[in-house]
Amino acid sequence: MTFTAFLFYFFATLQVFAAISLITVKNPVHSVLLLVVTFVCGSALWMLLEMEFLSIVLVLVYVGAVMVLFLFVVMMLDINVAEMRAGFARYFAIGVPVAAAMAGLMIWVLRDKLFQVEGPPPHAEGYANTEELGKILYTDYFYSFELAAVVLLVAMVAAIALTYRRRPGVKKQKPGEQVAVRREDRVRLVKMKAEQPE
Amino acid sequence: MIPLSHYLILAAILFSIAVAGIFLNRKNVVLLLVCIELMLLAVNTNFIAFSHYLDDMAGQVFVFFVLTVAAAEAAIGLAILITVFRNRRSINVDDLDELKG
Repeated sequence: MTFTAFLFYFFATLQVFAAISLITVKNPVHSVLLLVVTFVCGSALWMLLEMEFLSIVLVLVYVGAVMVLFLFVVMMLDINVAEMRAGFARYFAIGVPVAAAMAGLMIWVLRDKLFQVEGPPPHAEGYANTEELGKILYTDYFYSFELAAVVLLVAMVAAIALTYRRRPGVKKQKPGEQVAVRREDRVRLVKMKAEQPE
Repeated sequence: MIPLSHYLILAAILFSIAVAGIFLNRKNVVLLLVCIELMLLAVNTNFIAFSHYLDDMAGQVFVFFVLTVAAAEAAIGLAILITVFRNRRSINVDDLDELKG
């Protein structure tokens, strides 16, 4: 067994076990942390296939940003774990056979000798995956790339609009009104008779 | 060298685990989102494996876009989750039966 094969089976086993414990642990925080383990293993497997850019992006963007967002949300919400676990055994009896049947069917198909192909030889030294990806991303797929940027912008606007909260009765400054104030709004001249000193 | 089928079988197992996770945790919306992320990872692994074994860059471009859309989906999903929690004080799926679906 070569070192590459050893790395593949090591990370694949770790990933499968992390995924299984992800769906069975009680605490949602542990679930999210196990999802991080799963993604890091996935990133290592992608690295074995010479996809450096995407495997680094998976760690930086997914583990670095999206998973931290998940952790924030899970810790912010007050989740009643016991109530969420009710009926676990009943769903276990349905879910696990369905998933096992799906996995069995897919593995049965994939054992066909059509899929037993060997990979292409490794690229020569000096080959940069990032450079190649950038070349086609900025030429053939340029409009899709811009569309992806728009999708991210829309997601950002939507997330802010959904969670923005207007609270009535809060005392805060209104700079617009402060700047636009006139003398007449503040000063009132009162006409009155001069008073006689006693 | 590792044959292509091993990567595909790994992705199939991960996808099935995610399906089982959706069944097991069907009361907790956060864990449903987590399981969807796991499914996307399995699908991306398929794309990556085919991209390498067919020596075609298009698969990697697809993974790039799937990652973008998945990040957007996670952001909006969590925003909706926060709004629901603020109004209901609960994220139990059974409590979200306003529409009587």
